[in-house]
Amino acid sequence: MTFARNPAVEIGLLLLLAGQAGVSHADVKAGEAIAKSGTGNISACMLCHGLNGEGRPPAGFPRLAGQNRDYLVKQLKDFKAKLRTNPLMRPIASALNTAQMNDVADYYASLPPWKPGTGPAQNTAQTPRGAQLAQHGNWDKGMPACFACHGANGAGIPPHFPSIAGQNAVYISNQLNAWKAGTRINDPEGLMKAVADKLSPEDISAVSAYLANPK
Amino acid sequence: MNRLLDRLTQNGKFHPMWIVLAVTGVLIVASIVFIPARYEGSKEPKQKIAVADHAAAETLPEPDAGQHESKPEPAVIQTTHFTPPAERDMPTGEMGDMIKLGRNIFVHTQVYAKNLVGNGLNCVNCHLDAGRKADSAPLWGAYVMFPAYRSKNHKVNSFEDRLAGCFRFSLNGTPPAYNSKEMLALTSYSYWLATGAPTGKELAGRGYPKLDKPPRQPDAQRGAAVFEKNCAICHGADGLGTKVNAQYAFPPLWGKDSFNAGAGMHSVKNAAAFIKANMPLGKGNSLSVQEAWDVAQFVDSHDRPPDPRVKK
Ligand code: HEC
Ligand code: HEC
Ligand code: HEC
Ligand code: HEC
Repeated sequence: MTFARNPAVEIGLLLLLAGQAGVSHADVKAGEAIAKSGTGNISACMLCHGLNGEGRPPAGFPRLAGQNRDYLVKQLKDFKAKLRTNPLMRPIASALNTAQMNDVADYYASLPPWKPGTGPAQNTAQTPRGAQLAQHGNWDKGMPACFACHGANGAGIPPHFPSIAGQNAVYISNQLNAWKAGTRINDPEGLMKAVADKLSPEDISAVSAYLANPK
Repeated sequence: MNRLLDRLTQNGKFHPMWIVLAVTGVLIVASIVFIPARYEGSKEPKQKIAVADHAAAETLPEPDAGQHESKPEPAVIQTTHFTPPAERDMPTGEMGDMIKLGRNIFVHTQVYAKNLVGNGLNCVNCHLDAGRKADSAPLWGAYVMFPAYRSKNHKVNSFEDRLAGCFRFSLNGTPPAYNSKEMLALTSYSYWLATGAPTGKELAGRGYPKLDKPPRQPDAQRGAAVFEKNCAICHGADGLGTKVNAQYAFPPLWGKDSFNAGAGMHSVKNAAAFIKANMPLGKGNSLSVQEAWDVAQFVDSHDRPPDPRVKK
């Protein structure tokens, strides 16, 4: 098994057994190796998630850099357990063991998060709508602000609420549509389903574009 | 009218007469809106302001318990509530600045009224959507009901008295002086939110919707299970809230940073009604009546700051 042959995993395991909660250097290094070179029959994550985890916006491959660690681990587990479906990610997540998931999540979480003010400022006809939904929600339909759960400026509220600011618009709208259609069902207590159901197609387009580069 | 108000605020300071004028203003605005011809031509001609059956006169909130004991339940579930003006339509100028300050104090109480607050909460934590959301004790629903007689202290209470109550109990703090900038700002914001609302009428969406009695006696132990499944993800497994950068992103439901034992939310009845209509956030009305009472019982069974009126 890959598990036994990987010294970094063993160290990680030992540290865990010793009750060390902190992220060790070895975890991040082992994670970086998986991200950049893959392992066994697993392809390198960077092929799809970008050299530095920045994602591939046009393809809708998500940014992973700076995302909170627990959220990343949960997604990998959910892909593996078929609670979240995606033909590209499922085989990859299925081939990762728990220790590898932790390592690679530690690595991506250690990369710098998206910074506001990077990227061209957007100012289109739908920008005000996007900003309204993100900052204030749509209470006429009982929908809270995205930032009420995803934190000030969408930076996330660990451990359960991921950062969504600076994520690419194609990916965000894919996820919102998946929740609406009932094809993404791994959100705790159906919290995101309740939100997505209250968004019109125009809302999804506006809020996704806004979140890709919120001011 | 607006120009007159502007004039009154011109010399940088608020004149106490402003409040009197503001109240008169509401009366005038309300009467103008209700002249039918004018109403037809107004910006939202389709808007119907739902007014709850005003059977009982004594509907005043007490800081400690049973706020809406006698609040009549609307016959049907109202979908057309009074709609407060949109945030982008906030007036500019000095009046606008005061309204905006009021909004900021209400939403970011920890920042804008820091020294008046004795816990980790903001007004908006219990009055959702910046005090606009129906069924979470919206400011527009309250504003038009004051001044009013309150059986609790046997006198006519001003709107300021009511604001002071939430500072003292819900925020476990110190009420701002009645002529302070904070008080004037909060009153201005509420007055503006109530633009076009009929005065002295109990509007649908005021307070919390009356909640049916639970089939079984509320039980904190069953409530603990409801909490774990539906609330802990945000408010924390220990109920002490979730912080980001030393500020609460999800507020504490008990403990030293939560509302005190004299607060309206410390009445299980109020808490149950609030929770049923508004929690879990974004999924209001998804709990059963029994679950809402049980979890409210559980929340209110925890330690919190003492009621300041009770002498130790
Ligand atoms: C062949 C392309 C591809 C490769 C290689 C790949 N991924 Fe992915 N990954 C995707 C796609 C596409 C998605 C988005 C799935 C969706 O739309 O639901 C995704 C989503 C994810 C997510 C969920 C992100 C979120 O914000 O919810 C995580 C975590 C993830 N990948 C981790 C990895 C790791 C770790 C590796 C390497 C071991 C990896 N991926 C390799 C394509 C890939
Ligand atoms: C009531 C809380 C809540 C609100 C409000 C909310 N979200 Fe979420 N959102 C969540 C939770 C919880 C998750 C994590 C789901 C999981 O664990 O798989 C999530 C995940 C997401 C994701 C997936 C992130 C990723 O990397 O895959 C996106 C995109 C998202 N939310 C967008 C939004 C947008 C846009 C809004 C506002 C229109 C919004 N959310 C409002 C709770 C919320
Ligand atoms: C998705 C996150 C989320 C969930 C789940 C949730 N809440 Fe809340 N709750 C909030 C937020 C955010 C506020 C403050 C609202 C605001 O400021 O706009 C709040 C406010 C409150 C308040 C008033 C403020 C305080 O600190 O006392 C109570 C009481 C409350 N929630 C109880 C509950 C109960 C009981 C449940 C479970 C049935 C629950 N909540 C589930 C996010 C949540
Ligand atoms: C811990 C929750 C909580 C917080 C925080 C809170 N309130 Fe309240 N507030 C209540 C409850 C409960 C009521 C009674 C609602 C009812 O009777 O239906 C109430 C009632 C009110 C009312 C009267 C509503 C009416 O219709 O008569 C006003 C006005 C008010 N609050 C203003 C404020 C202000 C201003 C702040 C911040 C300084 C604040 N509240 C903070 C819980 C809270």
